[in-house]
Amino acid sequence: MAQHIGAPAVASVEVGQSVAKGQEIGSAKGFVSVPVHAPTSGEVVAVESRPHPWGTSLPAVVIKPDGEDRWTADLQPGDPSALSVDDIVEKVRLAGVVGMGGAAFPAHVKMSPPPEKKISTLIFNGVECEPYLTADHRMMLEEPERILQGVALLKYVFGADRVVIGIEANKPDAIALLEKECAGAPVEILPLQVKYPQGAEKQLIAAVTGREVPSGGLPMDVGVAVHNVSTAAAVADAVLFGRPLIERVCTVTGPAIREPKNLRIRIGTPLSHLVEVCGGLTEDPGKIVLGGPMMGFTQLGFDVPATRGTSGLLLLRDEDVDRQEEGPCIRCSRCVQACPMHLLPTTIAAYSRRDLLAEASEYCAMDCIECGSCSYVCPATIPLVQAIRYGKAAILAKKRNS
Amino acid sequence: MSKQLYLSSSPHIHSGDTTSKVMRAVLYSLLPACAVAVYFFGPAALTVLLIATLGCLATEVVCQRLMGQPVTIADGSAAITGVLLALNLPPSSPWWLTLLGAVIAIAIGKQVYGGLGSNPFNPALVARVVLLISFPVQMTTWSSPTPFGSGLDLVTTATPLGEWKNAVMLTGQMPPELQSGMVDYFLGNMAGCIGEVSALALLLGAGYLFYKRILTWHIPATFVGTVVLFSSVFWLASPDKYPNPLFHLLTGGLVLGAFYMATDMVTTPVSTKGMLFFGVGCGVLTVLIRLFGGYPEGVSFAILLMNAATPLIDRYTRPKTFGTSGQGATS
Repeated sequence: MAQHIGAPAVASVEVGQSVAKGQEIGSAKGFVSVPVHAPTSGEVVAVESRPHPWGTSLPAVVIKPDGEDRWTADLQPGDPSALSVDDIVEKVRLAGVVGMGGAAFPAHVKMSPPPEKKISTLIFNGVECEPYLTADHRMMLEEPERILQGVALLKYVFGADRVVIGIEANKPDAIALLEKECAGAPVEILPLQVKYPQGAEKQLIAAVTGREVPSGGLPMDVGVAVHNVSTAAAVADAVLFGRPLIERVCTVTGPAIREPKNLRIRIGTPLSHLVEVCGGLTEDPGKIVLGGPMMGFTQLGFDVPATRGTSGLLLLRDEDVDRQEEGPCIRCSRCVQACPMHLLPTTIAAYSRRDLLAEASEYCAMDCIECGSCSYVCPATIPLVQAIRYGKAAILAKKRNS
Repeated sequence: MSKQLYLSSSPHIHSGDTTSKVMRAVLYSLLPACAVAVYFFGPAALTVLLIATLGCLATEVVCQRLMGQPVTIADGSAAITGVLLALNLPPSSPWWLTLLGAVIAIAIGKQVYGGLGSNPFNPALVARVVLLISFPVQMTTWSSPTPFGSGLDLVTTATPLGEWKNAVMLTGQMPPELQSGMVDYFLGNMAGCIGEVSALALLLGAGYLFYKRILTWHIPATFVGTVVLFSSVFWLASPDKYPNPLFHLLTGGLVLGAFYMATDMVTTPVSTKGMLFFGVGCGVLTVLIRLFGGYPEGVSFAILLMNAATPLIDRYTRPKTFGTSGQGATS
């Protein structure tokens, strides 16, 4: 039921009930929340807490598929020319569409900016968020029509003057294909420098518009909204066909998997099944990472489900796990040069580790986007972003308590 | 699954570049300069190199044992200090002077501050300056370069910068022949510290470090550029008295200083802007000391003075945080 950032959905079905594909099985709770739908038809066999990729057990609905994969009867296709902006946003909310880049923030919230925030530029993120992941690339190559349908809908919703699809320059095939598909349409395809974290929202906005989202602010503060290309496809499904978000593309990769693949997966599929479909493991993995190598979460095993945010499943071998012992900072400044937010990671990390939170805050700890670049480049293998992450959490906790 | 699974906070991959790899690359890059030193100054240079390097390693071991800390000579930093110290000594340096330098560099220059990463001053330069002030005679007895075989005894002479300073002090004029040997100066065929004589060898090594992205252009370019520009002002104003910028560039310790000593990561600013300030400051101080100070050479003093200014530079050159107009936190 926890499939997105915000309040988890609340189970609305009971054990023993039979459900159809696309039927709502969890209802939204609050504005920053979306409903959850059955990914296939079958019988509900449990409504209870189950292991979740976030590391704890969370409320879940377990469905035993009947193999028929039967759609629910009440899908409501929409005619875009007859729908108002509010209708479209509502359809997106009911379909449970969230940001598909990995953060899984409910899309309808992003589509409802306060009226005083005019969105002039709408950016679609076709920059793969992290190394190893190629899910968005495949989506652009295989389903450009769906993406562009979503792009047109979102352009209409935001009333944006400029629409840009940003793609990293190392995907010339995707750039060429989308350029061809967009010929004549008021959509720019913009090749971008290949540089992690180019797919991070603030960096993408700066690369496309030259505008910096103010510290502590949101993209709408500079008149921009950003959506992932796969989110656009999900919006198209939701609005045009009334189909809820029950599947996504996930990259299963890493040195420990036999046949790395991009899979179209149903939300809720156990990870063990993904591994099976990819020919199994070449050896016992050293690390199981859900998401990408820079910001993904390690897992205890394969018995958790894929969620709407599961952009990748990365399997590292034992030898790929970095166990270099930490050394003293030699002030080489690589972290400073690498930081996309122009922070001093080594300084903030040192303050965070000593619980000098006021100082860490003064050095803009809260502006850290946790991309992990600093830890990646550090020759002394100091866990910089990890320390900063701790510092940020401690600063927030302190603020809440005061 | 039978084996252990690792759980950790992201990121899960690392560039693979480690401190000891960086240090090893710096050591490799110093090999051409060491080779040229041995070519021009023979066994004397080799002896200085060995004593300084082994002395630094031994001092590091002794200090860390005494303080009950893990011994970290494998990281390569003490070896680099040793080689750099040797390159900053005259070839005729007696064994006890070299050894004393090694002890000062590691014990006083580095370990008392807490070891690698904590020292405010470049350890090799601390040792060089302490020796220069304490043993001025031994530290300024220079030898003529004698490519191998040509004579066993080293002939005492003066460095080009020293010759210039003496002449200007005595006559107010620069001897014109001093500026005629630029090719020799470039190759290293002149008197000076073991490692500072050959700009060619040093630049070769620096090129390798640029290629490995261990060096960035900021400090060397601003340091050298400032020396060239600033010394040009004096040269153009009074060419009979002041040497031309090329002379400044190729004689003395500028190349060694700008590419190897002023780029020591630990003792220099972390921000790009800070590095530029640092380089300019080093350049200005070097020219001022060379032209108007009591010592003929000013590179070491300039770098040490700028080392002292590094925390201040860091404070005032904090990068502008993305999405803010200044450096302050907004939350």
